[in-house]
Amino acid sequence: MHETTILLIEVGALLLLLGLLGRLSRRFGVSPIPLYLLAGLAFGHGGLLPLNASEEFFAVGAEIGVILLLVMLGLEYSANELVGNLRSAAPAGLIDAVLNALPGFGFALLLGWGWVAAVVLAGVTWVSSSGVIAKVLGDLGRVGNRETPVILSVLVIEDLAMALYLPLVTALLAGVGLMKGGIALAIAVFTVVVVLAVAIRYGHLISAALSAKDPEALLLGVLGLTLLIAGVAAKLQVSAAVGAFLVGIALSGPVAHHATELLSPLRDLFAAVFFVFFGLVTNPLDMPPVLLPALLLAVVTMATKVATGYLAARRVGIAEPGRWRTGLALTPRGEFSIVIAGLAVSALYPVDPKLAALATAYVLITVVTGPLLARLPDTQWFKQWLRTRAAAAARTPAPLPAPTGD
Amino acid sequence: MRVRVEQTALPGIGVRHDLMTESGRRLGVVSHRNGRRDLVLYDPEDPDSCQHDIPLTDDEAEALADILGASLMLGQLSGLREQAAGLLTEQIAIPAGSKYVNKRLGDTKARARTSASIVAVLRQGTVNVSPDPTFRFEAGDVVVVVGTRQGLDGVTAILAETDPDV
Repeated sequence: MHETTILLIEVGALLLLLGLLGRLSRRFGVSPIPLYLLAGLAFGHGGLLPLNASEEFFAVGAEIGVILLLVMLGLEYSANELVGNLRSAAPAGLIDAVLNALPGFGFALLLGWGWVAAVVLAGVTWVSSSGVIAKVLGDLGRVGNRETPVILSVLVIEDLAMALYLPLVTALLAGVGLMKGGIALAIAVFTVVVVLAVAIRYGHLISAALSAKDPEALLLGVLGLTLLIAGVAAKLQVSAAVGAFLVGIALSGPVAHHATELLSPLRDLFAAVFFVFFGLVTNPLDMPPVLLPALLLAVVTMATKVATGYLAARRVGIAEPGRWRTGLALTPRGEFSIVIAGLAVSALYPVDPKLAALATAYVLITVVTGPLLARLPDTQWFKQWLRTRAAAAARTPAPLPAPTGD
Repeated sequence: MRVRVEQTALPGIGVRHDLMTESGRRLGVVSHRNGRRDLVLYDPEDPDSCQHDIPLTDDEAEALADILGASLMLGQLSGLREQAAGLLTEQIAIPAGSKYVNKRLGDTKARARTSASIVAVLRQGTVNVSPDPTFRFEAGDVVVVVGTRQGLDGVTAILAETDPDV
């Protein structure tokens, strides 16, 4: 009984704090993710005020948080959008993967963390945060911009790639070696293809089974289905997150729309718990030694993201300013990077504990600076700089000069 | 005369339609999947970037479409009026009690009886130009009629709640 009382006090106090932090971050127009992480660091192992009674609660909540993050991500896309987009966006996705996964991969090897950690860190530096970027695009009124489809298609490819990458990492982290990792990957590829095919052809039937009319039944139905499939996927070592993502994709139409509305508050709650939990299990004392490497990695990979966006936008004939907007908008990493690092932390054979600290520091840096960088192209001096560049380019003949603006 | 409208899918958001005006401005509409829609105006100096992003409610969008559609219609009609003196146009609403609600346009035999022509029907913000005789009326439709004063009055009488000739 006593345990429960303390648990209530701890959970309540922490959630209240998160609420205040969330409000604070909104006032400054930044993502609340870094504040949640910091709160977790402060109250976790080796933090200012360790919470003990509620750790198990946060562990389960975090698990649900990941699943909800992923199912909502899946709900955002229809299977047709994912597949229809694939061919045209594949080159951009490939550039993205090469330019952003390799720095993380090489970095971990340089630090001597072994190649499993390298695969994990590659994932951490590769994926941008769809959630943060979609919000930034909305906030900056850029949804109608002509480079926006480029940004979205890079995000779609990344999210889809994660459906194949996560099972691989899960298998590697379970210490099953390349052979079993390959089998897990094969199962994942097969599952993803089957789900996409079924969703394109019979998505309306699955959605029809869950009526959009009764909110309570819909909420319980979708949540239940998601947790069930996520659990089964985890059992098959395909990663619970991927299972949830696939459920989201399979649902479509009004059901998906209503489920999004119903699940959003739940997602917000459990996602916050997830970020806090990640901070809780990361020892802040591990942070100082990795701060500098994290900063270095952030600078390098933000540069490669900008290059990715620039190249992807140039491919489809977007002018110079739009290319910069694409690149700079893509820089923030967030929930997915933490999901990947979270997998590594909770793995059977944990990789170097500094990895979690590095990932935390890395996400802290990129998720704060990313949205600020995204604003850069709207500033006067940046536009001026572009004009000077364009003027210089006009003097020396160059292909596709940007509009000079005067 | 036809304008090229580009349609672009926005995965996870919805769809965008945009077009380039003759005056060199690009404008578009972003239709969000949740039913929201934005009117976007692009920056002339940087045609990839939208300068203004105006969210419209359903009613506002409908009103705007009505204004644009109707003014276009009236513009075309006034052009017609100048060409043929003595020819008048009028918009006549079909009352709910009219016997031609749910009947076909051909059933009114309006042209034979009045020698005025029904050239368009406005329905809930959409314009049906040159409806054929099989077109079915609904209560609240507004028909655009071209003809002499006498003819127009005749059509008004036919479409009124009591058709004088029946």
